[in-house]
Amino acid sequence: MTDVKQSKYEAVIGLEVHVQLATQTKIFSISSAAFGASPNEHTDPVCLGLPGALPVLNRAAVESAVRLGLACGCHIRPRCRFARKHYFYPDLPKGFQISQYDEPLCEGGAVTFRLNGEVRQIRLTRIHMEDDAGKNIHDASGVSFVDYNRAGVPLCEIVSEPDIRSADEAAEYLRAIRTLVRYLGISDGNMEEGSLRCDANVSIRLRGETKLGTKAELKNINSFKNVRDAIEHEIARQTVLLDRGERVVQETRLWDPDRGISASMRSKEQAHDYRYFPEPDLPPVAVDEAWLARARAALPELPEARHARYLGIGLSVQDASVLVSERSIGDYFEAALKAAPAHPKKIANWLINEVLGRVDDPRTLMAAEVPVPPTALAELVDLVEKGTLSGKLAKDVFGRMWTEKRRAGDIVAAESVSLVSDTSIIEEACKRVVERSPDEVARFRGGNAKLMGFFVGNVMKETGGKANPKTVNEILRKLLG
Amino acid sequence: MAGTPEVRGASLRELAAGIVARKWKSRDLVDAYLDRIKRLDEKLGCFLLLDEAGARKAADAIDRKVAAGESLGPLAGVPIGLKDIFVTRGLETTAGSKILKGFIPPYESTASGRLAAAGAINLGKINMDEFAMGSSNENSAYKPVHNPWDLERVPGGSSGGSAAAVAASLCAGTLGTDTGGSIRQPASLCGIVGMKPTYGRVSRYGVIAFASSLDHPGPFGRTVEDAAALLEVIAGHDPMDSTSIPQPAGNYVKACSAGIAGMRIGMPKEYFQSGMDPEIEAAVRAAIDELGRAGAKVVPVSLPHTEYAIATYYLICTAEASSNLARYDGVRYGHRTAEAASLEELYAKTRGEGFGKEPKRRIILGTYVLRAGYYEAYYGKALRVRRLIADDFSAAFGECDVLVTPTSPTPAFKLGERAADPLQMYLADIYTVAPPLAGVPALSQCCGFTRSGLPIGLQTIGPALGEEAVFRVAGAYQARTDWHKRLPQDVP
Repeated sequence: MTDVKQSKYEAVIGLEVHVQLATQTKIFSISSAAFGASPNEHTDPVCLGLPGALPVLNRAAVESAVRLGLACGCHIRPRCRFARKHYFYPDLPKGFQISQYDEPLCEGGAVTFRLNGEVRQIRLTRIHMEDDAGKNIHDASGVSFVDYNRAGVPLCEIVSEPDIRSADEAAEYLRAIRTLVRYLGISDGNMEEGSLRCDANVSIRLRGETKLGTKAELKNINSFKNVRDAIEHEIARQTVLLDRGERVVQETRLWDPDRGISASMRSKEQAHDYRYFPEPDLPPVAVDEAWLARARAALPELPEARHARYLGIGLSVQDASVLVSERSIGDYFEAALKAAPAHPKKIANWLINEVLGRVDDPRTLMAAEVPVPPTALAELVDLVEKGTLSGKLAKDVFGRMWTEKRRAGDIVAAESVSLVSDTSIIEEACKRVVERSPDEVARFRGGNAKLMGFFVGNVMKETGGKANPKTVNEILRKLLG
Repeated sequence: MAGTPEVRGASLRELAAGIVARKWKSRDLVDAYLDRIKRLDEKLGCFLLLDEAGARKAADAIDRKVAAGESLGPLAGVPIGLKDIFVTRGLETTAGSKILKGFIPPYESTASGRLAAAGAINLGKINMDEFAMGSSNENSAYKPVHNPWDLERVPGGSSGGSAAAVAASLCAGTLGTDTGGSIRQPASLCGIVGMKPTYGRVSRYGVIAFASSLDHPGPFGRTVEDAAALLEVIAGHDPMDSTSIPQPAGNYVKACSAGIAGMRIGMPKEYFQSGMDPEIEAAVRAAIDELGRAGAKVVPVSLPHTEYAIATYYLICTAEASSNLARYDGVRYGHRTAEAASLEELYAKTRGEGFGKEPKRRIILGTYVLRAGYYEAYYGKALRVRRLIADDFSAAFGECDVLVTPTSPTPAFKLGERAADPLQMYLADIYTVAPPLAGVPALSQCCGFTRSGLPIGLQTIGPALGEEAVFRVAGAYQARTDWHKRLPQDVP
């Protein structure tokens, strides 16, 4: 792939990201908006576009879109309206999509995230609401079917300014949107199930040039990997064209992830005329100040704010990034920190190294079924910091906490696994080891300091691993001194 | 207890009262109307579908309720008919188009559902211009409707079947829809009462869309009280229609007898220009004089943007129609072409075969006016002129309580007379297009007959949600005249 940093060209990328809103019902009708039912189970006269059926706006979808807009710092229009966008396709039951055109809900704003530790801000053009289409299913025999379960699921389309400069940045921007919508609880942001989808507008220009080059629109790039691969491929394709003195043609290209190439889908001349006009079946939507104030007050702490706060309490950039990457990870961290406020770094380490490794989906971290809830982790960290458990012992205890769903305190109390801090017991053990190892004692006293490990190891064996290593060291030094 | 009712010329309200008083049974009414339909409708062409079994079953259920002394809805047992644009659960609904042939809706329109809940008995689905596009009912994909007053003439359109069915006493009342005059113009041509209420007053849910911002469902009746009684049942807020007005229905029947002493009747000068059909002008002026004698004050007013109404109407209605008719693609329901080699061919052949000439004409016009780059010049401008037309009405209603005009520039014309000239056909709407553009209520009732015996219509227009004012005037006029009692001959 072309190394963009070395190239004389600069890539200019804008993304159109579709987020399915996780409302109970569809945006304009009463059917369930849930994913995964049998074909056409979640349908009704409205979402099937049956004659005479009329859309009724789901207020919960507007609430979600308002939350997203506020989280991105957008201007929320006090009055927005829907428009019909026309084209023919079997998965589009009404022959038009109900979208927003000249009066979208949100304008301006930005998505902020970190790329290689550096803060990046991608400006938004707009965020608008619309209904999703159904899904065509092509049978191997050449017969096509349509499943309208998805038809009418609420979508937010997030349109960015052409502020993105690399494939990596595009992928990270998309990841930031996924994190954000999950923080807001408005979407599961699942790319595999299509609840987060993306088209990219890509052009290149000579570095220093301010005019935009001719863009190509890439479709079917519905995974982080596809976004990165497709954009890199497109930058390389355009670079070759310009280097040869040819021109980039404005067109829509379809990414083929299996072959790793894109192919022209339609040219500018074949582009649809969507014949937008205001949706006459829906009155304009008014979002008043009181509504905005309520929505603003209900916003959670957002990823970037959390990230900054975590750096402030001494976490590394890497750890902070992991903790904010998913709202539930940060929430887990917060809950544990509340129970053991003195040890943010230790909690972060345990959470990142032990807890996260044991869950399939970090979004389940705050579920009741998680074997080691945040307070239990805090208790364990406390025991280590108090010297009751060594790091090694604590790892074993954690393992048992996870598999047996028990608290650290229980395990320690019931099975006396805690470190022996009673100096008399340790002293007895140390004496026994020193007495039966005259050779090693002589060599140690002769200057072989490495043998300290041998003595410590033997004392630990004597105490079944429960002796506090610090105390063992002190006593041995006294005995051997 | 039960006698045999004479349904010819009977009013819906007297039939309903007779059921409550046990003078006759609902079943007798249903049988009497079905008998008339079988004798007369072959020549008239009003019904596309008769639901004999369903109607008899529903009537028997009402009769059992009466016998058991149970409480009854306001329209209990009265046979009515529905323009085939109202979707009916389990009953084929076509909007007069081949493209919906065989479509059996799994849901019910709010208006027809409310009629049923009030106890009305639906006899069947009534003929109309395809997708409500037309002024003569000649655009029905199935068969034309003939005017009961002269079988060689049209009943008007697009709700021509609904008007003719009431005029010919094939049912006690009907529902229709009015987009540019489709209730009032056929009511005028058939000599009965047709009411287009305020936009949003009656739910459009389950009414097959032609032009969403202009479609107004409404009633037809033999008398103004009949139309008022039907409107009282179907009006009122419906959460399934976002453009429905969140206010309960008014007391329209009561308003019919409230009198008009002191009311100001506006005569918009633009509706009384030279060149009017002299018989119509004379009848309408005489009607206005009659209203004056009833205690109203007649005032001259002006609606200065009237001349732009037809152009504005045809830009908006074609644009919206091109959008609303996009869903008929053969994929999910209705007609699908037998053979198609590609998706594009499936669309082209399905729609080419399924739509008649007038829907195709309007789809093409509407597609044209919504093209990128032309929106502002056509649709955008039409919306602005529409605002001016609505402002005209608001200003006029500052000076008067209702407006009175002719409904149609001509009496019923002959079948085929205008079919070849769509522009001439569009001019049939000249007095009726402005009220739907402004969303204000308007009613047509009979105010006389031509020398050749064809009905002439009087249009009363009220301000938004001013249905009561319209019914007061219409009721006062009806009380002083006998036109509504004249009946066309039965021609079996």
